[in-house]
Amino acid sequence: MANVIEFHNVSFAYDHRLILEEINLQVAAGDFFAIVGPNGGGKTTLLRLLLGNFEPVQGEIKVFNRPPRKARRFIGYVPQQGTVDREFPVSALEVVLMGRLTPTSFFPRYRQEDYEAAYAAMQAVGVEELAPFRFGDLSGGQKQRILIARALVANPQLLILDEPTSSVDYEVEQEIYQLLTGLNKKVTIVLVSHDLGYIASHLRKVAYLNRRLFLYQPEGGAQGNIADWYGAKKS
Amino acid sequence: MSDFIGALWQYAFIQNAVLAGVLSSFACGMTGVYVVVKRITFISGGIAHAVLGGIGIAYYLGLDPLLGAVITALFSAFLLGMINLTARQHEDTVIGALWAVGMAVGIIFITLTPGYSVDLMSFLFGNILMVTKPVLWLLLLLDLIILLLVVVFYRQFLLVCYDEEYARLRGLPVKFLYILLLALIALTVVVLIKVVGLIMVIALLTLPAAVAGLFTHNLRQMMVSATGLSLLFILAGLVISYNLNLPSGATIVIIAGLCYLGAIGFRKLVLKIRRRKEIAFDGGGE
Repeated sequence: MANVIEFHNVSFAYDHRLILEEINLQVAAGDFFAIVGPNGGGKTTLLRLLLGNFEPVQGEIKVFNRPPRKARRFIGYVPQQGTVDREFPVSALEVVLMGRLTPTSFFPRYRQEDYEAAYAAMQAVGVEELAPFRFGDLSGGQKQRILIARALVANPQLLILDEPTSSVDYEVEQEIYQLLTGLNKKVTIVLVSHDLGYIASHLRKVAYLNRRLFLYQPEGGAQGNIADWYGAKKS
Repeated sequence: MSDFIGALWQYAFIQNAVLAGVLSSFACGMTGVYVVVKRITFISGGIAHAVLGGIGIAYYLGLDPLLGAVITALFSAFLLGMINLTARQHEDTVIGALWAVGMAVGIIFITLTPGYSVDLMSFLFGNILMVTKPVLWLLLLLDLIILLLVVVFYRQFLLVCYDEEYARLRGLPVKFLYILLLALIALTVVVLIKVVGLIMVIALLTLPAAVAGLFTHNLRQMMVSATGLSLLFILAGLVISYNLNLPSGATIVIIAGLCYLGAIGFRKLVLKIRRRKEIAFDGGGE
């Protein structure tokens, strides 16, 4: 299958500090790919490069065989929950509809097909009844589902998630991963997380990022067991 | 109150003041909502104070001070927008510098201008009773521009305020929209200078929208409520200041401040009562 994402020798530095060093990465269509690593290890930076918000200082990134900026319309993105304002007066439906916005969306009204797509996306993640509620009043798990619906509403081919389970408890985490596994039948998924829990035991395509990227090999290759990476870092 | 209504029929300057109040509340009701939800009070304060520089220069050159105000306000908005988008770490320092240097420039040019410059105080503290017909037309024009921009860019402004990174991913021109938003604030500042003066502009830009935000669930409702509240604060301030012979700008700001405090207290109380009811309900269910 064709590669959805390709990193060739990508390095990134910020204020002369090297954050990512010679990253090589291929994600194939249909993959469910997780990148784990400590906070400050460069996970969010890697996502920003993927979304085309940052340019690498060295190397090349291709998303759907294009430079990342040109591939944005194929990408659905779910940001970390902490980045959105709790007090912001906006309903769950309005948040999902944001996924339909384009640079030529003038005047306040959305089109009928936008509403239909929004309700369909909310139904797909099981939260259509939350539409009229204020987004900030929802629970962590509900917010996460609404943000996933917003990412799905434009029919992306690649879904990128930043710490999708950082603000939910264990049970909700299980539910979200089950939801993502279902979505993965149609869409390639890449997520980053500092939390190994579910990922280590369920996913096969995992990489560890701490400035450099190490691919996990299920057959027990040279990199060893994922659980040992964190342990090795401590010693 | 009856004194004021009598005067309203009798004197054109009171009628102008009321009209100026109505026109201003539209501007600050709409723009203030963005200032509050995007949390850019400090930037707005910077724009407001830097405007004195333009007013001073216009005075010195013998031009209309409001023209100077419009140009400087838009210029500062553009400058601060570029700084926000390029050098985030030093943003607050730069705003502070623009804030103070703008005022300094204004004071120097006003001092250099020969003659008696009585109007300086009215720009600093506002004087809604001195609004003239041409100024009312200017306020109407600025209102229409603000309304047009808010309506056309409503959804795009919403996304830029809510989630800048996502807006960029959707391909929206985030830089352009952010600077346009600051330009809206700049125009609103100019509208409000006549009412409360540039030092107190920030109160009318934030307090009505903040009160509205406590009780509304979307931006549209928030804008409508904020416009109504601004009108209420300005008219109440006018009436009280007229009856007690106090400066109008300061009276308006104090009323707005008191209402804000009252609204926060009221909301806390409502939440507390609601929580107590829920506890009682849970307890009764045993």
